[in-house]
Amino acid sequence: MSFFSELSKLLKKNIRDYGMFIALFIIMSVFSLLTDGVFISPRNISNLINATGYIAVLAVGMTLVIVIRHIDLSVGFLAGFLGAVAAILLTSYGLPVVAVIPVILMMGAVVGFFNGVLVARLGIPAFVVSLAGMMIFRGALLQATSKTGTIIVPNPAFNAIGNGFIPDFELVDGLHTVTLLVGLLGILFYIYSEIKSRRKKQHYEFEVIPVSIFYAKLLFVSALIGYITWTLASYNGLSWTVVVMLIVTGIYHFMTKNTVLGRHIYAVGGNPEAAALSGIDVKKITYFVFSSMSMLAALSGILYTSRLQSATTTAGTLFELDAIAAAYVGGVSAAGGVGKVTGSIIGALVMASLTSGMNLMGVGISYQYMIRGAILIIAVVFDVLTRNKK
Amino acid sequence: MDGLSNQIDYILEMRNITKEFPGVKALDQVNFSVKRGEIHCLVGENGAGKSTLMKVLSGVYPFGEYSGDIVLNGEVQKYQGIQESEKAGIAIIYQELALVPEMTVYENIYLGHEIKKKNTIDWNETVVRSSEMLKKVRLKITPETKVKELGVGKRQLVEIAKAFSKDVKLLILDEPTAALNDDDSKNLLMLLKELKSEGITSIMISHKLKEVIEIADTVTVLRDGKTICSLDAHEGEVTERVLIKNMVGRAIDDIFPKRNKKEFGDKILQVKDWSAYDHTAGKDILKDVNIYARRGEVVGIAGLMGAGRTELAYSIFGNPKGYKIEGSVLVGGDNKRFHHPSDAIKAGIAYVTEDRKGEGLILIQDVKKNISLANLRTLADKGVINDNEEINVATRYKDSLTIKTPSIEQLVNNLSGGNQQKVSLGKWLFTQPKILILDEPTRGIDVGAKFEIYTIINKLVEEGMCIIMISSELPEILGMSDRIYVMAEGRITGELPVEKASQDEIMEMATV
Repeated sequence: MSFFSELSKLLKKNIRDYGMFIALFIIMSVFSLLTDGVFISPRNISNLINATGYIAVLAVGMTLVIVIRHIDLSVGFLAGFLGAVAAILLTSYGLPVVAVIPVILMMGAVVGFFNGVLVARLGIPAFVVSLAGMMIFRGALLQATSKTGTIIVPNPAFNAIGNGFIPDFELVDGLHTVTLLVGLLGILFYIYSEIKSRRKKQHYEFEVIPVSIFYAKLLFVSALIGYITWTLASYNGLSWTVVVMLIVTGIYHFMTKNTVLGRHIYAVGGNPEAAALSGIDVKKITYFVFSSMSMLAALSGILYTSRLQSATTTAGTLFELDAIAAAYVGGVSAAGGVGKVTGSIIGALVMASLTSGMNLMGVGISYQYMIRGAILIIAVVFDVLTRNKK
Repeated sequence: MDGLSNQIDYILEMRNITKEFPGVKALDQVNFSVKRGEIHCLVGENGAGKSTLMKVLSGVYPFGEYSGDIVLNGEVQKYQGIQESEKAGIAIIYQELALVPEMTVYENIYLGHEIKKKNTIDWNETVVRSSEMLKKVRLKITPETKVKELGVGKRQLVEIAKAFSKDVKLLILDEPTAALNDDDSKNLLMLLKELKSEGITSIMISHKLKEVIEIADTVTVLRDGKTICSLDAHEGEVTERVLIKNMVGRAIDDIFPKRNKKEFGDKILQVKDWSAYDHTAGKDILKDVNIYARRGEVVGIAGLMGAGRTELAYSIFGNPKGYKIEGSVLVGGDNKRFHHPSDAIKAGIAYVTEDRKGEGLILIQDVKKNISLANLRTLADKGVINDNEEINVATRYKDSLTIKTPSIEQLVNNLSGGNQQKVSLGKWLFTQPKILILDEPTRGIDVGAKFEIYTIINKLVEEGMCIIMISSELPEILGMSDRIYVMAEGRITGELPVEKASQDEIMEMATV
């Protein structure tokens, strides 16, 4: 079989896994053409990725919530509220950044645990619990910012999280060498792990993709990482936001793929009855997933406050819906049990690219919402259709 | 009726009905004829094809999915769905009632075929006509009563009233008395007789042979998807014994592999004075159950559907359904209290559920992940799963249980029923159980796979495992067990060593 017929066969078979990447690729190409390359310029790409940070971490948490067949609407205003609390702790109480961040994250985790108890122990639908949470945290945000209105955070260390870039040796002019180094390491690590996993599959005589396709895939992904790194390096380099995103994604990716906890989460999502009968404590899993979600909401709040260098009265508005949309676009199944955190990150990037591209083209905000809504529906229709095929 | 047909006036004739599912012939050339104005009872073991036959009749399996003819009032019918059979005057009342509890009786009776006046619902007319329907079924309640306030017996009557509102010509009742107490049952049977005198034809599926004999004009027996006989109840030949003979009359031949050795060890599992109450159903589901099982022994638990066998398994296996339980469970002589299935698993109990797809397996995951799920921790170091170890385990069970799958990374959803059952078995064997509870282990799987599963069972008990096998198939119970408990209505109604057990005897104990 020729390379291309193999490729198309493979794409058809794994359309669910590759669909998002293809969509992202198409969207980016189209916008690059329509904006005469402005979209793909280092500055825009850097901004786009940095602006995705606070939604992306929410999307990671939301992935697990949707996987276990629940939803969390409270995360937007929780992020806004905890961002404001962080601002107050930094300004009014003068606490150092290293103390504020863990405190805020813990507060998030506690809120999430409480949500989880209401959902799993008392059996209240997550939609209702989190809707109530949404209202409560919206009020709490207004209360927290009631005295001063917007709280300006004049803390450079804190603000660097959302605006700063990793340091550089400044060896080459106009290129961020540390970023390039990180990218190179990333590529090497990727190639190493792919080859290792392929060897293992061959050892156990599992089905592997043809060798030509395998090399093409290695080349393509390496080129992609390389290109993105190059683009970022020729601007300001890797931002701290991206570093946070990468760490969060890395941890969650590992957790879902390689740990007992991750496997149990997907088992609960795939079939709660079977999971319970297999000795899994469905309640504990639910507590954990909601706690992790709200902790990531706290992180999202920190990223957002830091990015704006202030806590505003409307911070967090509609974050939850952007995160849910990102998860669905990223291939998380509405029926539960299926979805990858990496997919949701791609989903967040797809949605951010749409916004960025349409902004560059001067598309009115009214049309932007409609188009994003349409994309969300298309993504879910795609999910349902490809699921039934099997 | 045209003059060419027989003189007997048949309202319904089902001729040479054959219905196949992948790998199973559920109905094989079934003939079933119902005379106008009679009460016709349809009996047979679980899985004999009664429900399938009724689903063919009502159009759940539309025309084209079966072969043979359905002739109603002399005309061949080709139903595409339930709506069409209902229009023709066929109404089926199922065991699980299809009423909306929060609605009133009159709303329920006309639900789906509301009486309209200028496109809005005419509630006055609805109430008036509902009253008439209720009178027809001798139910003395006002139509404004909410269904949730009624007991099961009265709900049953509301269902029948609903059937009348659709101008029913042929009333089919699927085990109508299964959930009723004696008084309600008597009431219902009385009503059927009165309806007969008014010219209504009924078909009743029932496991309760006493009431079948009491009420039937004709009894048709199905077995293994074939019509065995159709008996005229007025000719005096129809007794329980005759019916049971016809229902079970199969020889146990080479379907069951021989076991090489039979050595029973100590009583590894003892269940004492075990009672359970189900809050959601609002009734006692188990009463004073006392059983034990030994190492190296296959204990069969026989009984009809709804006898409480699956509930017994659940209540022992960590009680995931949250029944209120009294009594004690002893494993290896130690009193155990299980709060969650995980406790039961730790104590060495495994439970292969009856509902493989709904409660046993995670269909959207692969063979490997399903097999490792219940004992994942032993494959992990500090919470991180050892991939290689997991692959080895899955491969081991794939080979030893001969699971036919292209790869252990195949989704379980894509496997056949028999292979899914083997995955389920593999998953539980990997927990290294001392006691293995199998609930309908061969339901819905073909003969070849059945034999393989029986072979596995034999091998396990020879190695000293204790197996408790719940099954509705009597030959399977007799062919595989060493000792048999029979259950009915939440109680143990009999205990028999296999040498002394016969299908007739079990059937009698199960239908008390």
